[in-house]
Amino acid sequence: MTDVSVDAAPPRAQSAAPEAGPRDYWALLKPRVMSLVVFTALIGLLAAPGAINPVVGFAAILCIAVGAGAAGALNMWFDADIDAVMRRTAGRPIPSGRVTRDEALGFGLGLSVLSVMMLGVFANWLAAGLLAFTIFFYAVIYSMWLKRATPQNIVIGGAAGAFPPLIGWAAVTGGVALEPVLMFALIFMWTPPHFWALALFAEIDYEKAGIPMLPNVAGAAETRRQIWIYAALLAPLAILPAFTQVGGPIYLVAALWLNARFALGALAIRRRTEAAAAADAFKAEKSFFGFSILYLFGHFAALGVEALLRLTVGDYAAAMALL
Amino acid sequence: MIVKSEHEIFRRRGGRNAALGYVLGGFVVLIMAVTMAKLADGDLMKGYDHERPAGNGVRIVQ
Repeated sequence: MTDVSVDAAPPRAQSAAPEAGPRDYWALLKPRVMSLVVFTALIGLLAAPGAINPVVGFAAILCIAVGAGAAGALNMWFDADIDAVMRRTAGRPIPSGRVTRDEALGFGLGLSVLSVMMLGVFANWLAAGLLAFTIFFYAVIYSMWLKRATPQNIVIGGAAGAFPPLIGWAAVTGGVALEPVLMFALIFMWTPPHFWALALFAEIDYEKAGIPMLPNVAGAAETRRQIWIYAALLAPLAILPAFTQVGGPIYLVAALWLNARFALGALAIRRRTEAAAAADAFKAEKSFFGFSILYLFGHFAALGVEALLRLTVGDYAAAMALL
Repeated sequence: MIVKSEHEIFRRRGGRNAALGYVLGGFVVLIMAVTMAKLADGDLMKGYDHERPAGNGVRIVQ
């Protein structure tokens, strides 16, 4: 008896696309975006008044994460052509040939339906409806329409990333209130300066793909002005939650510091010329972009701390005032 | 003669099948855990689809 090892011809050997592995499907879900969605949805859920069984809460967050991932897969399905052109996205599963467009479409649609239905069963149908709308907004309104049509793509499309805390809140309360709307507004107004800062130093890539980002349509000077305007408008919106039931002294201090730094960073960008930016390889823009991530994380982390304190020690601000 | 197929594609496919198995297993566990949590919280779990309607056709649910 002889044991012979043979390199059998694979069924798709003629195809240029190798068979996808689990990691490729994981990459289709845009795990980085998903992590932000999970975090903000969790804060929305924790900050909401009322109780939710931790197991049900976990299941709800999982559904929101899967829904966001499904929207990411649908985005990659539609944007495969422009992803292939840009250096930042050329290694994604579809442009690199590891996953076919049809596979990504089926994967995205299947997970979309599943996540919405399961969230409805686990939590309530308002939360499920909001998740369905979020997926629709990101995949259809943003990816298929706005992204290629207008330099305001990020402004309106940013709403898709702003919904998760609203969904987390709705999962607990079955309704919507001012507080989650403020959380929505915070992410919505933060998105344009965050992405425009990136677009300032990644401009060549967007131009090559034919995406009308603000710097290559209206120019860098106008983009710098818009970043400053959005940062100025964002500050009061970001500080306002401190005076609602989800905020408190910790959030107020964090928001004041984060917004002061954010506004100063935006002002520095506003005052710079292209020649100055090119001379130091966009140092201020890159620094602002990096800080913008910390900015959003800081606000939601502060809201999380407030929620956990209320959960464990009750109204800690009132207790401190009595001391 | 035993012929063993050792191509990278089979390893990938095996990995994908295993991942799918874990995901489906996790899904079953999740459904079970949420059901137990909801029952423990006193949620009603019947669908009211098996009750005999009252004489006037109005379903009485208590």
